[in-house]
Amino acid sequence: MRYVGEALALVAAATLAQARAAAAAVVVQYEELPALFDMAAARQPGAPQLYKENNIFKELHITRGDPAAAFAHCAAVVAHTYRTPPQEHAYLETQGMLAVPQPGGVMQLYGSMQCPFYVRDGVAAVLGSTLGATQITQTSTGGAFGGKEDVPSLPAAHAALLAWRTRRPVRLIYERDEDIICTSKRHAAVIRSKYGADRDGLLRAVEIEYLVDGGAYATLSPIVLFRGVVHAAGPYRCPNVRVDGYAVATNHVPAGAFRGFGSPQVLFAAERQMDELARQLKLDPVELRRRNLLRAGDATITGQTLHASVGATDTLDTALAYVREHPLAPPPANAPHLKYGRGLSTIYYGVGLGVGGEYLARTGATIQINHDGSVVFAVGTTEIGQGMKTVLAQIVAEALGVPFASVEMLPTDTTRVPDSGPTVASRATTMSGNALLHAAGQLRERLNAVAAEVLGRAPLQISLHHGQIFADGAPAALSFAQLLHECAVRRVSLSAQGWHHPRPLKYDWQTGQGDTYVVFSFATNIAEVLVDERTGATTVLRVTAAHDVGKAISPAGVEGQIEGGTLQGIGYALTEEIVQANGVIRNPHFSTYIIPTACDMPELVPLIVEHPFPDGPFGAKGFGEQPLMGVAPAIANAVCNALSISQYELPLTPERVWAALHSA
Amino acid sequence: MMIRFTLNGTAVALETPGSKRVLDLLRDECGLTGTKEGCGKGECGACTILLDGRVANACLLLACQADGHEIVTIEGLEHAGQLAPIQQAFVDEGAVQCGFCIPGMVLAAHALLAGQPQPTDDEIKRGLAGNLCRCTGYRKIIAAVRRTAQAGNA
Repeated sequence: MRYVGEALALVAAATLAQARAAAAAVVVQYEELPALFDMAAARQPGAPQLYKENNIFKELHITRGDPAAAFAHCAAVVAHTYRTPPQEHAYLETQGMLAVPQPGGVMQLYGSMQCPFYVRDGVAAVLGSTLGATQITQTSTGGAFGGKEDVPSLPAAHAALLAWRTRRPVRLIYERDEDIICTSKRHAAVIRSKYGADRDGLLRAVEIEYLVDGGAYATLSPIVLFRGVVHAAGPYRCPNVRVDGYAVATNHVPAGAFRGFGSPQVLFAAERQMDELARQLKLDPVELRRRNLLRAGDATITGQTLHASVGATDTLDTALAYVREHPLAPPPANAPHLKYGRGLSTIYYGVGLGVGGEYLARTGATIQINHDGSVVFAVGTTEIGQGMKTVLAQIVAEALGVPFASVEMLPTDTTRVPDSGPTVASRATTMSGNALLHAAGQLRERLNAVAAEVLGRAPLQISLHHGQIFADGAPAALSFAQLLHECAVRRVSLSAQGWHHPRPLKYDWQTGQGDTYVVFSFATNIAEVLVDERTGATTVLRVTAAHDVGKAISPAGVEGQIEGGTLQGIGYALTEEIVQANGVIRNPHFSTYIIPTACDMPELVPLIVEHPFPDGPFGAKGFGEQPLMGVAPAIANAVCNALSISQYELPLTPERVWAALHSA
Repeated sequence: MMIRFTLNGTAVALETPGSKRVLDLLRDECGLTGTKEGCGKGECGACTILLDGRVANACLLLACQADGHEIVTIEGLEHAGQLAPIQQAFVDEGAVQCGFCIPGMVLAAHALLAGQPQPTDDEIKRGLAGNLCRCTGYRKIIAAVRRTAQAGNA
């Protein structure tokens, strides 16, 4: 057993009470082996080796220019070490699976998940059966945020094993404390960061060491680390860079995917560093960022030139304009202990799986137009509360020229479409959207050809909008119902399959130079806070969040993502921290692991910026993770601004803030 | 024991252990799965129901405590296929993401407005503070409550 919470035995029974009694009757004899609960200790010479060598699951490096030489010529250099805690997803619905053995040897699973194809592959491997004899149907999923990326394969395999053994349906649902103890967390991290700039505030050199606690199994750590090192220096130009990333093995519960995927940790450090640098240069933090932000034609730290859809500066201007035009009321005059502070962060996010997960970067889709005009479509990505269903139905309706209300998405099921990869990395809108556009394009060709024939026109003269047919832009004497009838008479198939994969990326894994992601989204967060200098307690007054999303297909959905992600970011900034002692999680309940309530909601100002992505559906690029990512650094910068202190560790609990104030 | 209570306006009599949680009674015996279990400890509010018009956590109530009382679940809020105004407001404001907390949230909002038809934003926040939502950031939920209050037809 490598961590507390690892499954040792499986028990199935007819009732929950019987199952609990049977599980309690299992006697385990443990022989204790040396364990590691600290990344620094794991890297010491002579540390117990959890696997064959060196306790490192993965290391990744980026080398660009010559930072060591460049630091010598910098007017200002700041070097600090930053720490971030493990964060719990706290999706409101815990992990749950139902396994139902079917006649003919098929194992059918229903459950809460992001990635049905991962579950299918995992269950088939455990049962030793074929992928064809394993059917996975996603049920309505009560939140995920990365916590239902790889993890559901475990409860699914456990339920499937019991169902296979008993030949009866098996339901397995985690209780809240089990869920918190047994499932993945955001990686705890240590970031050592050194920034150097010239007299004008231009970044000249950056050196970063990024350590993440991977826990007891590698799981997603290598690819989390990849996203982390690529994002380590933020959305800025810098000619001389060294990033060294290490995913370390310990005996903690395995860390995994969580909204932002290895980037919130490094972006906290990067954006705190920018403020520290601004302070040393006596420059406005806004101005420092403005001088360094990536613009179209600039290269990232991996040497990737950004050609289009680079809205970084626009998000900065948009957020600043809002705050300038809507000043907050001044703090109460009778409360001089309440200090106002303002902080900002500017961040970016590489959309999709990127070069690190390129082999999975493809998606399928099917669309079927029924003869009554109703339309159903299926994709391999999942609705997990992010609003994908609405966005994709909009895309289908627009592309086919039919009313939105006539379009329905079928439940995501591994037998409906080919393996479409995971629903992660903010990829559902662009990937499934493009696959649906591919399918819809085929259907439109067929519809247009039949309409043209009936109307005696050329197919190019035909267009369709909201279920109405136009010839040369004028309403045609042919209804959509009649067109479907004409298609039926001609026995034209109104079912089509779509497929999409993004353009290939070239990357040198030795130097860490090359193209990492097909496109980046950008965001600026401005946080305004009141800090009580008597207690160190922070109240967030307002978060103004401007996001470049390419194109907001569902503006209300985009706002919802910004608002929800912002509140998760406030939790990460102020209260959320999984506390472990000798590998045991001490706060596996909502009374001890504190996520924001309605009372913790500040004024939230979601602002949409649109710099279209030429290869995205209608210009859209993914951004669902980004709303969380820049909030903690903006709040940390605001707290530091309010009290003229420096903070290097999350969360900013009253105790930490008070201690920083009194050590200064 | 025999438990008699009013469920969504209908008299119900069920033979069930008095120690069964009302949450399990509703989900497993009455087939009303709109009431969700998020924590089982009264910390998240996903299992919120109305007990004699007041919010209660169904995971902390035993069947015997329901005897003789009136329970309303999310399934009891709509009438004749028409969503209650507070439910419609959640839809119109786009206040739902994954939806798991929403039944409890809607009932908490309903009870809040029944007791305080014109709440301030702070009163709305306090009224919903027992119901955790991890998806939405609460802004559109609060807007839905405000919209319902302004329309005056909670």
